[in-house]
Amino acid sequence: MSAAFVKRIEVQELRLSYDSKEILHGISFDVYQNEILAVIGPAQSGKSSMLRCLNRTIDFSANAKMSGRVLVDGDDVRRTRDVYALRRKIGMVAPLPVGLPLTIYDNVAFAPRSAGLTRKSDLDAIVERCLRQAALWDEVKDRLANLGTALSGGQQQRLTIARALSHQPEILCLDEFSIAIDPVTTMRIEDVLKELRREMTILLVTNLTQQARRLSDRTMFLWDGEVVEIDRSDVIFSGSPKSQRTRDYVSGVFG
Amino acid sequence: MALAPAPATGRFARTAYVARKQRAEAIARAVFAAMAAAMVLPLLLIVGYLVWLAWPSLSPEFILDVPRRGMTDGGIWPAFVGTLYLVGLSLFVSTPIGVLAAVYLNEYARDSWFTRVVNLAVINLAGVPSIVHALFGLGAFVYAARFGYSILSAALTLAIMTLPVIIASTREALASVPMAFREACWNVGATRWQTIRAVVLPNSISGILTGVILQVSRAAGETAPIMFTGAVFYKSVARGDLFPYALNDQCMALSMHLYTLATQVPNVKESLPYATAVVLLGSVLLVNAAAITLRVFLRGRKKW
Amino acid sequence: MSPDPPRDTARSTRPHRPRWAVVGERALEALIRLSGVSAILFVAAIFFFVLREAAPILVSDEFSLVQFLFSTEWYPTSASNVRYGTFALTVGTLSVTALAMLLAVPFGLGAAVYLSEFCAPRVRETLKVTIELLSAIPSVVWGFIGLTVMSRLIVTTTGAPVGVGVLNGGVILALMSVPVIVSIGEDALKAVPDSYREAGIALGATRWQLVYRVLLPAARNGLLAAVLLGVGRAVGETMAVLMATGHAVHIPASLLDSVRTLTANIAAELGEAPAGSDHYRVLFLTGTLLFLITFAVNLTADFVVRGIRRK
Repeated sequence: MSAAFVKRIEVQELRLSYDSKEILHGISFDVYQNEILAVIGPAQSGKSSMLRCLNRTIDFSANAKMSGRVLVDGDDVRRTRDVYALRRKIGMVAPLPVGLPLTIYDNVAFAPRSAGLTRKSDLDAIVERCLRQAALWDEVKDRLANLGTALSGGQQQRLTIARALSHQPEILCLDEFSIAIDPVTTMRIEDVLKELRREMTILLVTNLTQQARRLSDRTMFLWDGEVVEIDRSDVIFSGSPKSQRTRDYVSGVFG
Repeated sequence: MALAPAPATGRFARTAYVARKQRAEAIARAVFAAMAAAMVLPLLLIVGYLVWLAWPSLSPEFILDVPRRGMTDGGIWPAFVGTLYLVGLSLFVSTPIGVLAAVYLNEYARDSWFTRVVNLAVINLAGVPSIVHALFGLGAFVYAARFGYSILSAALTLAIMTLPVIIASTREALASVPMAFREACWNVGATRWQTIRAVVLPNSISGILTGVILQVSRAAGETAPIMFTGAVFYKSVARGDLFPYALNDQCMALSMHLYTLATQVPNVKESLPYATAVVLLGSVLLVNAAAITLRVFLRGRKKW
Repeated sequence: MSPDPPRDTARSTRPHRPRWAVVGERALEALIRLSGVSAILFVAAIFFFVLREAAPILVSDEFSLVQFLFSTEWYPTSASNVRYGTFALTVGTLSVTALAMLLAVPFGLGAAVYLSEFCAPRVRETLKVTIELLSAIPSVVWGFIGLTVMSRLIVTTTGAPVGVGVLNGGVILALMSVPVIVSIGEDALKAVPDSYREAGIALGATRWQLVYRVLLPAARNGLLAAVLLGVGRAVGETMAVLMATGHAVHIPASLLDSVRTLTANIAAELGEAPAGSDHYRVLFLTGTLLFLITFAVNLTADFVVRGIRRK
């Protein structure tokens, strides 16, 4: 069987509630090797919460209850032996750019160091590789000792991506990464994603339907905690998707 | 938010009603300002009076010399160095416990009834009267733990006293680090402790330090907790000796010495207790001013 | 163009943390959890050890708890008729605290209003620093001030024979409690949302009208908490009242009378009571009583504060 159809993530009947309010009402979908899956939908649909269930950072929300199965490479994430290894397998890029108050070098070296890597030559190589992959190397290579928080918004977002790449994830999740950055940087990052899809699987949550159209192979429309439709992107954006609601959202009748 | 002056004619002219309102406003402002001044002015006058009466005895020699002629003359060295020992030892014990407890409460504890109880315990610990701390020290450290009347018992009693405020100020410092930093660390697979060590603690150090320094002055000024656990009336010490006390020795202390001179020693030279008060007050205010300056200075050097 | 196969995830090629680091981290986190609950341990320990020294007298035949709480006769060292009545001491505490609050609350709240609503920013910074320094003055220094400066002042202005007593203690205690009331009161006023102020101004209110009609009612809970915490501080104060209120154990007839408070009494007599004696145990019992009183006051203040937070 061709490697293109290997399932990296399988979500089965995932339910999530904060206190007693249910956010995700039993969603199910699969993510395949090397594809870019876009997740679109209006605000408050549960898109970010869904991502946090994947890498179990939902654990840090005190009142969140999760049920159902989330399998990453066949392993149920809730029963995994090493949650930190899981979080390293999945790279996560948050909506707001976050430069940690460490040097740029330490920003990118933080994850490998936490994982146990200490040799300077290894770390140097990782820092350079990730900053190059994130299209940031040329701008910062002479000032790696500067603080990460001193960079501009667009640079900090690329730094976040470099950080996400530093632990060699096999699945990269981006949560509305372009919200707080300018269009030029957005385009540069989109080019980076097109390069990265060759090595990894990408889950792209976005509010921008045009961005989903540009980048993704398949698209999932999540509305009010339910999967309305999931299909190839050319079908979703073609003008005749299976569901009327999808068509309305994509064409801008509501948002 | 000042009210703009009203023009003379037209819709917004200054009517009698407006004039009355503005007068009431001015009066209110003056009254409240006077209330604020009423706290500050007496203090300045009192401190001035103390310094004036202490003047004859104030000199570096006063601090270095030992008490003479049955404590009616001389200096305060044993008390001064005793206070240093007590403060140093008590903060040495309470700072790590306090910081770790605050780390627990801010970084690890989940919202539950248990956490509520812990929070309540901290608040109540902060409100215990100093004489009750003294009784506790007596019952627990002097007798039950058999440390006897000693610097150790007194310092441990002071440590329990300063603990709740160190916890509170450390928590504030930790909470000022934005959540986004922690989430960014968790997302790359770091453990809670790795996140705390790499990002949270280094950026809270200034707040923690300020809190600890403020407790220095508190520990130096307390009398009751040490009066019954290890501080004494008089102890023979050599002039300027920096290491006169052992852990199980009793010691003199500035706060205790002031109380003694003011109430227990007849025929004391008049300026002596005033000078002791000024030295104690001056040290305390100096340390606090240093902490406040540190806080302002570090606020300007924030990394984000 | 076939995509690359999944990366080799064999354990041996991925870095991992050395065992000592993992074990060390677990131990440290256990220590952190232990420190976290230590506050409960210490509060319980304080209550336990103080009560422990007092306990034997509670079960003694000659001791009456009712007499302890409500009799005004305190003669612990009498040769023939030992009596342990703390009521006069309680009244001493209450009278000094009441006077202190009568002075401190209006001035403290007034200063809080000034700081929060009327003050220019630079004056505010200076004033806040001054108040912080005011709160740092040790209680023994305050006691000394009461014994010397305040006492002389009272004698010269009122002609009383002795300058220590309720008035002296009350004024000193007021000066000590004001910083607490000001800082928490200011927090409470700051917590009132700006939208209240904006709405008031839109209706044409002056700042004073805003304070009186809008802000004070809105900040009611926090201001109450500020006062309660001030009371807690005053009731628990030891050295300052020991030196400033005199030594007479009786119910005061006037402001210039000498009194003794519960706290000062313990400090004054503990040194002379032989360890293990009845007198000694009664003093510890007084300490237990004080612990319970301040516990109740702090608990109330906390519930009141929670009331604001829930809004």
